[in-house]
Amino acid sequence: MERIPILKMGDYLLVTIQVDMHDRLALTLQDDLTERIARTQARGVLIDISSLEIVDSFIGRMLGNIAAMSRVLDAETVVVGMRPAVAITLVELGLSLPGVRTALNVEKGMSLLQGARAEQENVNGRGER
Amino acid sequence: MAVVKDETMSIKSSEDVVRVRQVAREYATAQGLSLVDQTKIVTAASELARNTLDHGGGGTVRLEAINSEARRGLRLTFEDHGPGIPDIELALKDGYTTGGGLGLGLSGAKRLSNEFEIFSRVGQGTRVMITRWK
Repeated sequence: MERIPILKMGDYLLVTIQVDMHDRLALTLQDDLTERIARTQARGVLIDISSLEIVDSFIGRMLGNIAAMSRVLDAETVVVGMRPAVAITLVELGLSLPGVRTALNVEKGMSLLQGARAEQENVNGRGER
Repeated sequence: MAVVKDETMSIKSSEDVVRVRQVAREYATAQGLSLVDQTKIVTAASELARNTLDHGGGGTVRLEAINSEARRGLRLTFEDHGPGIPDIELALKDGYTTGGGLGLGLSGAKRLSNEFEIFSRVGQGTRVMITRWK
């Protein structure tokens, strides 16, 4: 079965969507990611959509669902690399991705995740989960 | 107004929705639409193709590259023989959904197009036509 690969890097999961996803593939990714977050106790998920030429309401909903599910599982999600034309279209479509954190590129997304984690450790006390 | 190129594709699976996006992109590029306009019509095509599949039980899309006196554009006509839409005005409201989605498909596709027409008859089916001009 066709799947989008999920890479683990330290405490983070990385997903680069490089194909034009049909709806079932998007749903599979949503399920796979949720399962991987729980299994690996990942603290953050970074989703790179720089290859996507469009984000329609279905993909938008998938991104929102992933962000919501990961939050419930104590992980942050950042979506990075959205193309400007995609952003313009998405807003006109009526979707502003509420609840989804975004960054311009992978590097900025990664520092957002690391910053969020450092902040949480300060609150919880060093090294504790 | 002249149709310079056209084709009809069937929409029977979610893979077909992806193919409709790809062919709509080829037409939009060939008609010289800007990148933003290409993205808009391809996104609208994706929403309407999904509606045809999920609500209409499958159907077809006709793609037409059209040239009028001064303008070039792309027209897409989605057609199904599904249950039809009893209240089109309601179906065009943001957030109205019968399928568990976000309810942005039809209203969003309308906003992303320059021209939008919908015909639906309960028990007979639905036809949606959108046009984006260069």
